Amino acid sequence: MDTMDREVNSLRLVACIQKKRREDASFILDVSLDAPPGITILFGPSGAGKSTLLDCLSGLLRPDAGKIAVCEKVLFDSALGIDVPPQKRRIAYVFQSLALFPHLTVEQNIAYGLRDIPDQDRRRRMEEILEAFGVENLRKRKPAQISGGERQRTALARSLVTEPRLLLLDEPLTGLDAERKAAIVEDLRAWNASKRIPILYVTHNREEVDALGERVIAIDKGRVVGHGAPMEVLDAPRRKRLAQAAGFENLLDATVVDLREQDGVMRLRLGESACEIEVPLAHASAGDRVQVAIRAGDILLASEGPRGLSARNVIEGRMASLEQRGTLCIARVDCGVTFVVHLTPGAVRSLKLAAEKPVWLVLKTHSCYLVD
Amino acid sequence: MNSLALSFELAACVAGLLLLIGTPVAYWLAYSHWRGKFLLESIVALPLVLPPTVVGFYALLAMGPRGPLGKMWMALFGHGLAFTFGGLVVASVVYSFPFGVQPLIASFEAVDRKLLEASAVLGSGKWQTFLRVILPLSLPGVVTAVVLSFAHTLGEFGVVLMVGGDLAGATRTASIDIYDRVETLEYGEANRLALLLLAIAFGVLCLVYAVNRRVWTPAWTRWTAK
Repeated sequence: MDTMDREVNSLRLVACIQKKRREDASFILDVSLDAPPGITILFGPSGAGKSTLLDCLSGLLRPDAGKIAVCEKVLFDSALGIDVPPQKRRIAYVFQSLALFPHLTVEQNIAYGLRDIPDQDRRRRMEEILEAFGVENLRKRKPAQISGGERQRTALARSLVTEPRLLLLDEPLTGLDAERKAAIVEDLRAWNASKRIPILYVTHNREEVDALGERVIAIDKGRVVGHGAPMEVLDAPRRKRLAQAAGFENLLDATVVDLREQDGVMRLRLGESACEIEVPLAHASAGDRVQVAIRAGDILLASEGPRGLSARNVIEGRMASLEQRGTLCIARVDCGVTFVVHLTPGAVRSLKLAAEKPVWLVLKTHSCYLVD
Repeated sequence: MNSLALSFELAACVAGLLLLIGTPVAYWLAYSHWRGKFLLESIVALPLVLPPTVVGFYALLAMGPRGPLGKMWMALFGHGLAFTFGGLVVASVVYSFPFGVQPLIASFEAVDRKLLEASAVLGSGKWQTFLRVILPLSLPGVVTAVVLSFAHTLGEFGVVLMVGGDLAGATRTASIDIYDRVETLEYGEANRLALLLLAIAFGVLCLVYAVNRRVWTPAWTRWTAK
């Protein structure tokens, strides 16, 4: 094993947790995860169990069964009766609400976790973190006197200054514009480059995943339903709810018509309509009921019947409605089933699109994903 | 010693003791998940609805030479508890208990739970969290509890009469003194004392409401910031 591997192995989070929710007996969180140093995104619709999972890892909630180890140190093991209390776990946790202490200044908030550290060391760490997160000028302010982004920076600094073994972030950047968000993420990455610890970042925002993620763990209804690179996990969703959360506007019921193994494709009939499309081959047989997910932005729209295309699916339909939201135009096209298509205002103008006009939709075979 | 000074001494002792006893009780009532905690809540609130004579009567029985409290006191200090200043303090603590505890419960419960969780993950145990987060954020509640238990003790009559008798210098508080003066037709002296108690009570209530309305918030913030 080379040094790199050893570092990665000794610093990782390994957990396996089962937890019932008190208020909802039908929900069971049952996950195993393994996160190396760096940012791992926990992605899933709300109610999937992401926050429950973080609460269990931090020790604020006690799992019904399982095992949690960070840096090869066991923090919880139901079989061995080990349950390290949250204040001894050295796991930093930034809540969505941030939970800054309203009666303390920014500086006092950040120093909160450094009580047992010698003066000199504390001063050094404080200066380091105040600078790293750009909050030096806010030292004497109270949380109520600073902006949302500054509060988020303060909360991150307060958690990281304790030099935790693991960082848990529960949607800490909600409500920020993309630019500010990117700046904070940059600071977090820079910090993480020198302090190699695993960071679990909870979000249900697809854009944040693309901005942050090397790795994604997708959770739904208390289970891990996918893990890997964001492209693999979220662009080819295996579950309907995940597909919705990941921004697949079109989720259509379909029936398998036939399989064409030699071409690596199969044909589906959409809904009760006569409309047929070609999608990548999957484990299925003729007559199976399946669902197919297609992004609204992956569909081409033509005002005349297109010819000479590589795309295999050209569907004729009628424009049912067209609405504009900001710089995005959302078209609904009736082809026996209704497709949602995203267009730019410029495209709408140059094609002179309007409701009731006949249009053609063009779908690439590999833009169609089967979900189960 | 005049009766007013005695009243103040009694009120100060009771307010101080109630803060010491009331804080852990309020903490437990605010944060316990025990299903039977309504029982303790009811007991704490009991003096609010009982006539002072009932509280006084049972306090007297408990403190008497054959009562459990009386016997214990005798063994410890070599004299009885009933009709002494000590006896007044014990009975008044019981009688003012809801005033010393309920404001604390209310202010502890008002502290955002997420702050307590944040404190825990930042390495503070329950005691540290109490001192560094709960207590500073509950200061208006603490002030209210101390001031109300002080004022309520200052104004009590029935319990003091039952437990203390009416011994000048030992158990004759201002409220009983007023009663005595009226009995002996010393209206002028009664009026002087009564007016004083009225003014004190009004001042105290103004303080409580001002603290809870955060009339002095800016000063308050500056103070806690340093």
